Amino acid sequence: MIEHLIPVLIGTLAAATPLIFAGLGELVTEKSGVINLGVEGMMLIGAVAGFGAALHWGLFAGFVAGALAGALAALPFALLTLSLGANQAASGLALTIFGSGLSAFVGQYLVSESLPGLQPWPIPGLSAIPVLGPIFFNQTVVVYLSYAAAIFVTWVLAKTRWGLVLRAVGESPEAAHTIGYPVTSIRYAAVCFGGAMAGIAGAYLSTVYTPLWVQNMTAGRGWIAVALVVFATWKPLRLLLGAYLFGGMTILQLHAQGLGVDLPSQLLSAIPYVATIVVLVLISRDRALLQLNLPASLGKPFIPGG
Amino acid sequence: MSLLTPRTNPSKLMQWAAPPLAILATLLTATVLFYALNKPPLQAFYVFFIEPLETENGWSELALKASPLILIAQGLALGFRARIYNIGAEGQLLMGAICASGVAIYTDGMDGDWILPLMVLAGAIGGGLWGALPAWLKTRFNAEETLTTLMLTYVAVQLLAWLVSGPWRDPGGSNFPQSIMFSEPALFNALFEGLRINSSVIITLLAVPLLWLFVKRSFLAYQLAVGGQAPSAARYAGFSAQRTVWISLVVSGVTAGIAGAAEAAGPVGQLTLSLSPGYGFAAIIVAWVGRLHPIGIVFSGLLMALIYIGGEAAQVSMQLPSAVSWLFQGMLLFFLLGADAFVDYRLKRRKPFVIKEAQA
Amino acid sequence: MLIPPPPNHPRPLPAGEPRLQLLNISKRYPGVLANDQVSLNVMPGEIHAVLGENGAGKSTLMKIIYGAVQADSGQIQWNGREVSIANPAVARELGIGMVFQHFQLFETLNVTENIALALPPDTDLKTLAVRVREVSEKYGLPLDPERLVHALSVGERQRVEIVRCLLQNPQLLILDEPTSVLTPQAVRKLFETLRKLASEGVSILYISHKLHEIQALCDRATVMRGGCVTGGANPRQESTASLARMMIGRDLPVCHAPVYAGEVKAALEIDSISRPKDDPFGVTLEDISLTVNSGEVVGIAGISGNGQAELLAALSGESTGRSDSVRIAGLPVGHLHAGQRRDRGLSFVPEERLGRGAVPSMSLTQNAMLTAHRQPGLSRFGLLDFKAARDFALRCIERFDVRCNGPQAAARSLSGGNLQKFIVGREIMQAPKVMIVAQPTWGVDVGAAATLRQTLLDLSREGVGVLVVSEELEELFEICDRIAVLAGGRLSAAMPRNETNAEQIGLLMAGQAAAASV
Repeated sequence: MIEHLIPVLIGTLAAATPLIFAGLGELVTEKSGVINLGVEGMMLIGAVAGFGAALHWGLFAGFVAGALAGALAALPFALLTLSLGANQAASGLALTIFGSGLSAFVGQYLVSESLPGLQPWPIPGLSAIPVLGPIFFNQTVVVYLSYAAAIFVTWVLAKTRWGLVLRAVGESPEAAHTIGYPVTSIRYAAVCFGGAMAGIAGAYLSTVYTPLWVQNMTAGRGWIAVALVVFATWKPLRLLLGAYLFGGMTILQLHAQGLGVDLPSQLLSAIPYVATIVVLVLISRDRALLQLNLPASLGKPFIPGG
Repeated sequence: MSLLTPRTNPSKLMQWAAPPLAILATLLTATVLFYALNKPPLQAFYVFFIEPLETENGWSELALKASPLILIAQGLALGFRARIYNIGAEGQLLMGAICASGVAIYTDGMDGDWILPLMVLAGAIGGGLWGALPAWLKTRFNAEETLTTLMLTYVAVQLLAWLVSGPWRDPGGSNFPQSIMFSEPALFNALFEGLRINSSVIITLLAVPLLWLFVKRSFLAYQLAVGGQAPSAARYAGFSAQRTVWISLVVSGVTAGIAGAAEAAGPVGQLTLSLSPGYGFAAIIVAWVGRLHPIGIVFSGLLMALIYIGGEAAQVSMQLPSAVSWLFQGMLLFFLLGADAFVDYRLKRRKPFVIKEAQA
Repeated sequence: MLIPPPPNHPRPLPAGEPRLQLLNISKRYPGVLANDQVSLNVMPGEIHAVLGENGAGKSTLMKIIYGAVQADSGQIQWNGREVSIANPAVARELGIGMVFQHFQLFETLNVTENIALALPPDTDLKTLAVRVREVSEKYGLPLDPERLVHALSVGERQRVEIVRCLLQNPQLLILDEPTSVLTPQAVRKLFETLRKLASEGVSILYISHKLHEIQALCDRATVMRGGCVTGGANPRQESTASLARMMIGRDLPVCHAPVYAGEVKAALEIDSISRPKDDPFGVTLEDISLTVNSGEVVGIAGISGNGQAELLAALSGESTGRSDSVRIAGLPVGHLHAGQRRDRGLSFVPEERLGRGAVPSMSLTQNAMLTAHRQPGLSRFGLLDFKAARDFALRCIERFDVRCNGPQAAARSLSGGNLQKFIVGREIMQAPKVMIVAQPTWGVDVGAAATLRQTLLDLSREGVGVLVVSEELEELFEICDRIAVLAGGRLSAAMPRNETNAEQIGLLMAGQAAAASV
């Protein structure tokens, strides 16, 4: 039995990776008090930029391009919400619509191309551990980077000055401003980091996971990433867990027929979305839990006076 | 360093000037884009904005596309004013279309004047339920409506895909994922000979003045507005936050559902995968560009319909990808939100002012 | 007597070079000149008061010194040399610390983290925690460095602010209205700490509108009015009345409390309300009972955060409970929500005017509808009559002397005092049986405050039961017939005003708070 499950679990990790990158980025953005609903759009822009760059200059360039494009795509959102005090929900939505349009527009020249993808790179020693080895340590480099990213974000938030300042800004921009922190600049940085991470997530989808460019290929993953941040109650390691849950759901739906589940494929495809709602409900119903973890200024514009 | 300082009173001028400014900025950006693509901008603008309006057929198509956009945006605007962000109108539209199509499919071969009204009712119920679900999740479990409405849209897409490729697939349709063509009693009749514009437009025409009256004068709309602008004030006054959520989501679900029914029983005439060219999402922009105002929405709906039609025309005659209309829509909303900042803020004066003259 | 006694020996004014010298500082905000050619100097070791009423420009001036706001023109000299204070970090570098009136703290961070944020980036949190403990004990401001700020009382939060400044070894400490959240006893302790600091050579700028405090503590006072400096004085040589004249330009207005001759009935009865806190930052209410009779003003003293918000929500109907837990004129309403209670004769003026009592961007006409829609003629068949609402707003503006640009003015364009007059007026025009007012004069200028207090007194003498929740003891002693204390979610018995004093009220505020936090 376990031998049959291992490929499923390996697939789970790969499917979870874009959610981890995009989710961590959004988590940092939200920690600064800004909610960016444009993750889906930034992922698409990252995906198309990454795919294009990888075609010409190789995979590494693809990821760099994805990150840059994602961060760049976040800039108009940052300008609107941080400098002009615009509604964050609407601006994020505009970014998603814009991103899907822009990526489709640019991507029309890439539809017939394909990339070789990326071979797994077993970590010597660790990959030999029974069961866990092949699941966690016989993966592509990008998957390893997703572990590193989660640990890195956890460490920065909990242990470093940067993290402390970020949390402070997200909790009370007024107080942070009065004490003398450049709230707007810090939020710009957080929003761009979120964009870069979403861009990496998109680049992973188009250059490693599929590896093709298809219009609107993210298929709601950006939105699921936003939901995951709530599910994780703004804690990076819980986000990792949530991403695996969703990765598993995506993969299970592919293996469902083999496992004896007799449902039409379209309905199985709806499972991750339904699961997102279920998970969101489970976590949101505990208002006290959310209130204790939610960055207090989330979604509220802050324009420093004076 | 911030660029803005708050105004004491919102600027009336900017409230009206922001949409035209945003449109202007979008056009300027588009000009640059067309230059970059080596397409003559003047020709492009002609294809986009003038050519579609040169024929009767063009006006008919404009009305046909504007109608669902305006209808959905009216419902959405109601919620947006209350800061309830239903971004899943696309899903509610599809559910409306599915339910209405169900009626058409199961009454196929029957005759009667009741079929079409029943379809519209089914569409309203389907869309309304798809809006009520997130309302329940929000009021009962505190789940964000932005995420739930959007997730439900993906669910609706999959449901549609299953229906048209499974139980409701047209047996004579050589395996295409689509239903049978609806028969005469299940279709809106054409308003003019030879044009596609049909009587479903009347629903929108009726909805606009009704909603205008509702927004302008009703106590309920006032409560929604207070709830959106100052939730604590709404609580203080004893206006129910739960009711606000329910009304916002159900009403916008119903309007989207009716629009879906009108699409299925109108220009499409069957249930297909490509039933909606993203009307549910475009309507979000229509609502915003129309200032969330019932009359403003009419204008922005017409503009957005023109962008749709122009996009199709440009695809044919100028080899521009259809994604260009989405690009413009996103830009338009960006620019509008930017221009909106100047309703409540104004640019900070950099120049230090001169100290006032000595006191008498 | 509401004030701590003055020290026996006023210290002589230190001589030599001023530590801080302000020359012709001006600052304009849209529509208001907040500081107009303000000059001021502070000597080393001096406790210098800046006296002025709300809106006089004191806070703006202090923010300019602290670098949180930039002056449009003028000069700042620090220890004899001209400086430009671009931001608070520069100010701290120079040795300027500030304790804010509205605490600039982060609720979900602990004490040490809060303090670290104001210190250089290389501060080590572990060593800092030790120093926090040391310094806080040295100055009699005990603090647990590990506790989260949201779990601290208001007084403890102020200690965090002060210790945060002290750890920067300041040469100048600015305190903005520091006593508004303290009991009279705690004020005395604070003054001891400040005198100790001054004796060590620290200059102190003490911002207040409370005359007694300034006379008790300060060596010198600069008085501001309407953005200008109107004079300087040695507060100990001035009478309260003469200081007041400098501050507001005329004599301090006083309220008259006529005797109530009408029938005395219970207007508002609160019967043992107990309510567990419904959010993690809230307070649990324990067995609260109180009766307010028609024709009297009852005050609830206590520092915000001791259950005030929760009690007010339970009374206004924003949270509901047992039907007989609240009665209006004998009618049980505890189970009814806010709108239904208003229908039965309750009016309520909340503490937050903008955003709760009024919608900031809506006009006064629209804001009149907020609670007045139930008045005859303002709504019919679910439709609103905005012409009638405009008339209502106009009447309210005239009757209560609200200074504004007419009923179409946005609520946020009004000054605090005028908006409060509008809201109080709107509520009074509903002809209530019970009127509940929270912090009636918070942030309001002296003239408007006196008008508001008199308005409430007059209302009560028309047979309405008036309940005032306030942090300002002086205010409560001025207008209340009876005073109770809310501390730690418990309410003391209501004592007739002439049978109690500030000292006793202060002990209740502190004692019960301490008992509840154990």
